[in-house]
Amino acid sequence: MNTMLARFLGGVLAAAPAGGLPDPPKVPHSNWFWMPNSASNFAAATDGMFDALMWISAVCMLGVAAAIGYFCWRYRATSREANEAAESQEDHSNALEITWSIIPLFVVIGVFVVGFKQFVDLRSPPRAAYEVHATGQRWKWGFEYPEGLTHPELHVAMGKDVRILIQSVDVIHSLYIPEMRVKMDAVPGRYTELWFRPTQEGTFPIYCAEYCGTSHSDMLSRVVVHSPEAFQAWVAEEIRKIESMPLVELGELTYNQAGCSTCHSLDGSAKVGPSFKGVFGRQEKIFGAGTLTVDENYIRESILEPQAKLVEGFPPAMPTFKGQLSDRRILGLVEFIKGPASTGEPVVKAAAPGGPVPGSPAPDSPVPGSPASGSPVPAPPAPGSQGANPAAPSADPKGGQQ
Amino acid sequence: MTSPSATADVLAPPAESESDNYLTHDKGILSWLLTLDHKRIGVMYLMCVMGAFLLGGVFALLIRTELLTPGRTIVEHDTYNQLFTLHGAVMVFLVIIPGIPAALGNFVLPLQLGAKDVAFPRLNLASWYLWMIGASFLVVSLVTNAADTGWTFYTPYSTTTTTSVIPALFGAFILGFSSIFTGLNFITTMHKLRPPGMTWFRMPLFLWALYSTAVIQVLATPVLAITLLMLIVERFIGIGIFDPALGGDPVLFQHFFWFYSHPAVYIMIVPAFGVVSEIIAVFSRKRIFGYKFIALSSVAIAILGFLVWGHHMFVSGQSVLAGTIFSGITFLIAIPTAIKVFNWITTMYKGRIHLDTPMLYALFFLWVFSIGGLTGIFLGVMSLDVHLHDTYFVVAHFHYVMMGGAVTAFFGGLHYWWPKMFGRMYDEKWGRTACGLLFVGLNLTFFPQFILGTRGMPRRYYNYLVEFQPLHQLSSMGAYLMGISFVIVAVYLLRSLRKGEPAPANPWGSNTLEWRTVSPPPYYNFHDTPEVVEGPYEYADWVYDKRIRGYVRKASDAS
Repeated sequence: MNTMLARFLGGVLAAAPAGGLPDPPKVPHSNWFWMPNSASNFAAATDGMFDALMWISAVCMLGVAAAIGYFCWRYRATSREANEAAESQEDHSNALEITWSIIPLFVVIGVFVVGFKQFVDLRSPPRAAYEVHATGQRWKWGFEYPEGLTHPELHVAMGKDVRILIQSVDVIHSLYIPEMRVKMDAVPGRYTELWFRPTQEGTFPIYCAEYCGTSHSDMLSRVVVHSPEAFQAWVAEEIRKIESMPLVELGELTYNQAGCSTCHSLDGSAKVGPSFKGVFGRQEKIFGAGTLTVDENYIRESILEPQAKLVEGFPPAMPTFKGQLSDRRILGLVEFIKGPASTGEPVVKAAAPGGPVPGSPAPDSPVPGSPASGSPVPAPPAPGSQGANPAAPSADPKGGQQ
Repeated sequence: MTSPSATADVLAPPAESESDNYLTHDKGILSWLLTLDHKRIGVMYLMCVMGAFLLGGVFALLIRTELLTPGRTIVEHDTYNQLFTLHGAVMVFLVIIPGIPAALGNFVLPLQLGAKDVAFPRLNLASWYLWMIGASFLVVSLVTNAADTGWTFYTPYSTTTTTSVIPALFGAFILGFSSIFTGLNFITTMHKLRPPGMTWFRMPLFLWALYSTAVIQVLATPVLAITLLMLIVERFIGIGIFDPALGGDPVLFQHFFWFYSHPAVYIMIVPAFGVVSEIIAVFSRKRIFGYKFIALSSVAIAILGFLVWGHHMFVSGQSVLAGTIFSGITFLIAIPTAIKVFNWITTMYKGRIHLDTPMLYALFFLWVFSIGGLTGIFLGVMSLDVHLHDTYFVVAHFHYVMMGGAVTAFFGGLHYWWPKMFGRMYDEKWGRTACGLLFVGLNLTFFPQFILGTRGMPRRYYNYLVEFQPLHQLSSMGAYLMGISFVIVAVYLLRSLRKGEPAPANPWGSNTLEWRTVSPPPYYNFHDTPEVVEGPYEYADWVYDKRIRGYVRKASDAS
């Protein structure tokens, strides 16, 4: 029905296993009526508070319903003509007023105090926490790890405190991980933070919770909780992969990871920006500056200074990637756009040297031999070979989303 | 009763007022557009508000239809974003804020005071024109390239998006002045035009509610005006106030915005408290329980409402200390709110309850507003709010309060005062049926949204995970049912204008002053200024008369 979602769910729920590393288990949806799965140290407290309030509310509503129902039946008037007077005109009782003021007051004070303590916990990351920088940008998340790796997904180690320092490069976003019960706005011009300690291995969705425009609802990613050993292996593997990857493949990976795919299609359909199909060597009308031929330098300039020469008919929506992409990645993008993206041919994979990467989201269809059960024997896709980024699901042709 | 004049009004209405009422006093479109009569202004407001309600309702149904499936159902991303923005802006600024005060309040307030009009009739008309101008700006924004910022206009999105935000902002700016004018007028009227004998504590609770509302309107709305103006200035000439790219602070906008918009929530719901207080007392044939507690709790809510805006910002990066203070004061508001609900329910105890349509709406209100209020406590707990903030739980919560509270009370009030406004009775059976359908529809629409929210579905999402689809579809079904119910209401109300039975002066046996003049009221409202010698909820002297299908006051002056 919806390939974007199918892909996303495929990615989330059937995470690809990888070269000998244990795969984060598939986590079925929570079967609790209210809350999603509990995967962090905060879930117990938050859910406990929710439960307590739920029961208090249920008792209150039962009382309201019972009183209304009983009074309507017991004191019903037979007809207007009967002119029945009320049984009583009693209209005040200070004792009652005080009672029903004081009792709720104590209840809410109790709730407030507990909520306050829980909130202080939520906002007090341990000093020794592993730190990841998260960057929100229309419409993708990026996570920068202390080892020097940038990745569109949040990978963390089971049982290890992780502190996420959040920033935004454009408008306000909000990093929301329901299974961890954490959320924090990404505000341009300042850092915010959140922390948690994963308590369940698995793969869970990340959302943007603060409205940020066109593709707000596609600004998704996922958090992958590995065992500590698998996490270390994953980081090492990702770094090695990027360093040794052929340029075109690095370009495609970057296309999917850096958010290019959100606005630039590969199938010729116009999105927020021009499609990459056939773009290289094409004559483009430039807003206020005649025409030019798209060449390597124009691509590079458009990545670093996107507002300098705008193709007519498209809004000045693109953020700069200056300082965010390494020279090698920019070169990779140039090669990718010049080659496969322009011609529409698939990227020719070099033999994947080190096998696949754990946690690379499964592409459109589950890879044969990589069932969700976490079989250790992978038949992996080459790294970054396909729409590997659930945060940029619009990599699909437009029609594919529908 | 020592006021023969007031009694005489009911027993022997002046013969000429049968033919000459405010609806027939003058003829022609200009007699409406240039009228200074509060009743006509109220009716004009009512028509416009209902028109806006239809518009906002259509947007709501389009949104719910789009959400039947993830991905595209009927519209594209951007259109969807514009739809929810317009739905919010229209419903908040054009429907709920003016709904009870400007439409019902304009009509009822001077009548409940036994007065001829509000203190400043020209200001009153001006406020209607401002409403029309503000609404036109919103419509202009609609037909050009409608804003897609959400009704909250958060920066820096709102200062950078390419849609026509400025007309929408300017519309809201002007609507704010309309609201301020109404508030000023009401405060002055209640201070200066109360009839002889009507002390503050003999005022109907509807007036107390309108008074509290008016105070908030006058004090809070200017802040919105300034904020929107700053936003316009930033967009227009690039002065950096909110946009960090220009050296501004985006969170500052949220503070300014919620400094108005949280009190605005009480502008929307406090008048509803007033309507419900009236209805429950009248239809229980019993004095309202805890009059002073209900009256003063509105005032308490109005004051406390100014100090809690930061609870919209627990995850905005606001400091823990600030969050704690805002959370604490937020919980205090639960107390006056709880007091009201308990007093209303106790009023029914040992009463004589007539379950006519207005009363059904009041009971409907008690249920949904209690849910809305209790879920507010969930959101006031900072730790839980971290999980629930900006999810469908919030959407469900404020729709239970705004739709289930304010709009339900508005419709209750509309049914309660309809005979007085237009001199016709509507079809009671259809009234009860539609109210019942609406109750089912509302709960079906919004209850599933609580579950969506706790399970992690963020709000303002065009696209969503398939696991959420059944709940979304349930919610959409409820929305369609509500749509059908409102069509039924429109049909039987409009039909009553032509075919309804003539309404008696006092069909419900109320003791507030508006029911002591004929229905519809004459142009001058009252033959003589009524004198008040007792509270507004004394029903012993009102006796049902089968011949006129309404209540008359006992001739004896026993009380």
